[in-house]
Amino acid sequence: MIEAQNLDLTFQTNDGPVHALKDVSLQIDKGEFVSFIGPSGCGKTTFLRCMADLEHPTGGEITVNGVSPEAARKSRAYGYVFQAAGLYPWRTIGGNIRLPLEIMGYSKADQSERVARVLELVELSGFEKKYPWQLSGGMQQRASIARALAFDADILLMDEPFGALDEIVRDHLNEQLLHLWARTQKTIAFVTHSIPEAVYLSTKIVVMSPRPGRITDVIESPLPKERPLDIRDSPEFLEVAHRVREGLRAGHLDD
Amino acid sequence: MRSVVPVLTVVAAIFAIWYLAAIWLNAAWAYDKATRSGEELGVVALVADTWSQEKPKLPAPHQVGVEIWDTTVEKKITSKRSLIYHSWITLSATLLGFALGTGLGIALAVGIVYNRTMDMSVMPWVIASQTIPILAIAPMIIVVLNAVGISGLLPKAMISMYLSFFPVVVGMVKGLRSPDAMQLDQMRTWNASPSQMFWRLRLPSSMPYLFTSLKIGMAASLVGAIVGELPTGAVAGLGARLLAGSYYGQTIQIWSALIMAAVLAAALVAIIGLLQRVTLRRMGMA
Repeated sequence: MIEAQNLDLTFQTNDGPVHALKDVSLQIDKGEFVSFIGPSGCGKTTFLRCMADLEHPTGGEITVNGVSPEAARKSRAYGYVFQAAGLYPWRTIGGNIRLPLEIMGYSKADQSERVARVLELVELSGFEKKYPWQLSGGMQQRASIARALAFDADILLMDEPFGALDEIVRDHLNEQLLHLWARTQKTIAFVTHSIPEAVYLSTKIVVMSPRPGRITDVIESPLPKERPLDIRDSPEFLEVAHRVREGLRAGHLDD
Repeated sequence: MRSVVPVLTVVAAIFAIWYLAAIWLNAAWAYDKATRSGEELGVVALVADTWSQEKPKLPAPHQVGVEIWDTTVEKKITSKRSLIYHSWITLSATLLGFALGTGLGIALAVGIVYNRTMDMSVMPWVIASQTIPILAIAPMIIVVLNAVGISGLLPKAMISMYLSFFPVVVGMVKGLRSPDAMQLDQMRTWNASPSQMFWRLRLPSSMPYLFTSLKIGMAASLVGAIVGELPTGAVAGLGARLLAGSYYGQTIQIWSALIMAAVLAAALVAIIGLLQRVTLRRMGMA
């Protein structure tokens, strides 16, 4: 689905070159839920942006759906959820979800049908006519996820979508996201800096470290697909979390 | 309602200062008259005289009020002495100039935001255009347009446009650039075309900036229309009233035209303010 080979990305700044990504290789298969975790500056967001054709690697190869990220973006192969909901205040929730559909030229009837379907998917049915300011932060973020789900993209790229929300709302949304993933069969790449979130959600956890941004560990999760919230107290969960923590610490040793 | 008392206090203070200034400025003429007719001038007589002269240096508020009443309510609108008639002449040039200026301003702003060459080259010219005194360039505009056979409303409107496009350019460039990096990235992920990005993101985002610019542009338009009437020997319009008043030393007429212009400007800006409130509230941006 997504394949990166020896990916390099160097930003030229006034203080000299910054190696945002160095020799990053990774394969994400169809239907996987992959989390990227690491301290800030480790290149996890940059990597996600490379997949989305929002950054351009300076070396190496990356393909999305077997084609270049640019071709994938132009064929609207992925939905991208940003850290902020980014809903337009002058559009209703329904209008916001309709926005990418209008841009992509879906028919009016199809638009309405899709808006209703994704609102139901994120449990926001009945909020179609509301304006963003009438919704809580968590609901706004759910609306922005609905927006990314509304068109037929097999891949969902999520950049710390719950980073600005409190723990309780976050737990709830994590649970919802897993249900959503099970129902839609999407391939999800998810950037986070929360260990429990990464372990709870993912089938594969990619641990990254900074200077230069690189992958230090890739953990295949042994957890079952069906995950109630209290799985977080199970020994398997704690073991994976421990390994992630070790990986993060190892990345810092050479500092 | 709580603002009534402070507002009235300020208004009362302005009137008090105005009346006192009228006594001070007009006293010389009152003493002059009294000396010539050999009269002794008491305080009461002095005050009464300074507030009722025919061509005072500074007319008292009630004199201006009476003049405005006489030339609006008491006169037929079609009369050449009706201030409403003159206001309408100026207003029509103001509105046409404002519309042209807003159109030009938005067009230039779109060019600056979307075209790199224009981005690098247009702004200095726009700023330079505003450093030329409008009084110097207004007669040139009138003469040139007359030479190509354009006269009447349009030359005045062009001068209005010249003043009013500037705040619109500056505001709209800022407004069209107000979407943040994330919003632009988001549009990219949907592979939106430049025109979709403009109509769905940049233009709606620029509305708060546009309305602020329109308020300034409207006031500038009115100034432009009045200035446009001054050097052209116009016989109608608030500018023409000001000019005629100054020829004949009719200070009361000048002041009433000035007050009328101020009221007109306030009303026009208030209308835009209202549109702004309604639009932005409906857009969830207020």
